[in-house]
Amino acid sequence: MEKTFNNKAWFLVLPVFFLVAISAIIPLMTVVNYSVQDTFGNNQFFWAGTEWFREVLHSSRFYDALLKNLAFSAIILLIQIPLGISIALTMPKKGIWVPVCLVLMALPLLIPWNVVGTIWQVFGRADIGLLGYTLANLGIDYNYANNAVDAWITIIVMDVWHWTSLVVLLSYAGLVSIPEAYYQAARIDGASRWKVFRYIQLPKMNRVLLIAVLLRFMDSFMVYTEPFVLTGGGPGNSTTFLSIDLVKMAIGQFDLGPAAAMSIIYFLIVLLVSWAFYTVMTNYDADAPEKGVQD
Amino acid sequence: MAKITLENLAHSYMPFPKSDADFALKEINHVWDDGGAYALLGPSGCGKTTLLNIISGLLVPSKGNILFNEQNVTQLQPQHRDIAQVFQFPVIYDTMTVAENLAFPLVNRKVAKSEIDQRVSEMLEILELGSKANSKARGLTADEKQKISLGRGLVRHDVNAILFDEPLTVIDPHMKWQLRTKLKELHRQFEHTMIYVTHDQTEALTFADKVVVMYEGEVVQIGTPEELFDEPAHTFVGYFIGSPGMNVLTADLQKNQAKLGSHVIELGKSYPDLDGTIELGIRPEFVSLGNDPLGVPVQVTAVEDIGRYKIVRTQLEGQALDAVIPEGQSVPAEPRAILDKSRINIYRDSHLVREGV
Repeated sequence: MEKTFNNKAWFLVLPVFFLVAISAIIPLMTVVNYSVQDTFGNNQFFWAGTEWFREVLHSSRFYDALLKNLAFSAIILLIQIPLGISIALTMPKKGIWVPVCLVLMALPLLIPWNVVGTIWQVFGRADIGLLGYTLANLGIDYNYANNAVDAWITIIVMDVWHWTSLVVLLSYAGLVSIPEAYYQAARIDGASRWKVFRYIQLPKMNRVLLIAVLLRFMDSFMVYTEPFVLTGGGPGNSTTFLSIDLVKMAIGQFDLGPAAAMSIIYFLIVLLVSWAFYTVMTNYDADAPEKGVQD
Repeated sequence: MAKITLENLAHSYMPFPKSDADFALKEINHVWDDGGAYALLGPSGCGKTTLLNIISGLLVPSKGNILFNEQNVTQLQPQHRDIAQVFQFPVIYDTMTVAENLAFPLVNRKVAKSEIDQRVSEMLEILELGSKANSKARGLTADEKQKISLGRGLVRHDVNAILFDEPLTVIDPHMKWQLRTKLKELHRQFEHTMIYVTHDQTEALTFADKVVVMYEGEVVQIGTPEELFDEPAHTFVGYFIGSPGMNVLTADLQKNQAKLGSHVIELGKSYPDLDGTIELGIRPEFVSLGNDPLGVPVQVTAVEDIGRYKIVRTQLEGQALDAVIPEGQSVPAEPRAILDKSRINIYRDSHLVREGV
């Protein structure tokens, strides 16, 4: 059959194209613009080529921050994904407790980042915070402002408290969509609880877990507000993540060129890792491409 | 393999059922033979799936017992009953290969590796899935997936019965016939007791040795396809089985005569005086139309040409009477209907009256 092409449809896409251009492409191009030029003020710019990129990629400061980011994201994913799935598995599937659980789970998600940061900053203080005071009285030396490990633990706990719910809600949505017949068949086949999870629940949750992993990776990799509110990147440089370093460089030191180059590298890393997750998770367990015609 | 005994079995989804109407499954007593192929036939909501779930152990009945051979299994969980079930929608383990799917119930039962391999390869051959043994099960077509669900039951040598819950619902029409033939073949080969739930009479009549017709939570008749056709025990059976269904007309009964409005029809048997609602049932296949003055006059309302025969829809003093006539025969201008008296059944309150002499 002849396929008719109607290019008029492209006109209908134009408004979206303009919106995306204004919200994403144009700002991004500004950054690209800064990253390849140098300025000495007066709005005068000189071509710098790839110099800023080379500078960023050769600075130990960048790798320090990148390493911290990767470690942070890895810890967050390793805690939140299994924890989120286990909570979702224990949540009721029907009855009046369903809405109660869902609302309780959704609550932390509604709180803005800086508020979460402030809550935990106060909560953890040894003089006025409930947590800090209790720990101090138990004889545990906890001080996020002095001790790098304490600062990390605080930020991680904060993030787990804030975002595990997202993984729970996504996993739960995946779980309740599994038809009852699967569980019945598994019982008849004599499958253990673990096998039901491994061969029914986990594969059926694959799609939503992919979304959960991507969202949690991107968010945690771009962490900014919580460490900024808690210690401003300290103690020392212990919680100076890429984002915090970037803001210091761009607004503190006003090094627009290197900051722009770093932004682009940062962006590409997020994109690359997300792509890697996506590819691995969608191809996991998939068949090798089949030869011949499928009927 | 087992004989299945249903003993005073009844089920209600309510915690404290009061009246008969609260029961999704009304009390039944039956023995199903070892190795038989039974079909549970009935419209949606008649309790057939409830009965199936009680047999498989997914549901514990409110009353009564269920026995496999002499063992009471009423309180046993499905995994301890040694039954297999094929569901309406194919249930397969997506991430496993076809062969792994078939091996799954054996692996769970800790069967020796060498025996698993042997039985799985046997089963792959029987199901004609050998060429796909190592591909992932998720890529298969619906009928292949249903074959795998069935195969997971057949690989086990300990199954008492195989249960089917409308297994052909999602199968393409041209594959249905093939899969049904396969089922018959497997039944002959393995001689498992098979119970097949469906609302499709063709499926039920072609699959089963005995059809269990259910209506509003009650088993109204258990019989061979011939019995269901010739002697429907309940007007519902007459209406549900056959296409078109049996004609059911209200009548007055006087010994060996039935009065349909102002017309009198001779019956083959004489009946005692009966109270309750009396109905006369006759299959459209045994109603002939012609000019015979002995026949009762009817008004034709529609003629449907099915191809091999015609269905003539008529009215007999306000009551519908269908007739099936051969393809070549034309409908007379003022037709009179002759009812084959040896094929007339009499019903009291919807149940067949057998005491005629």
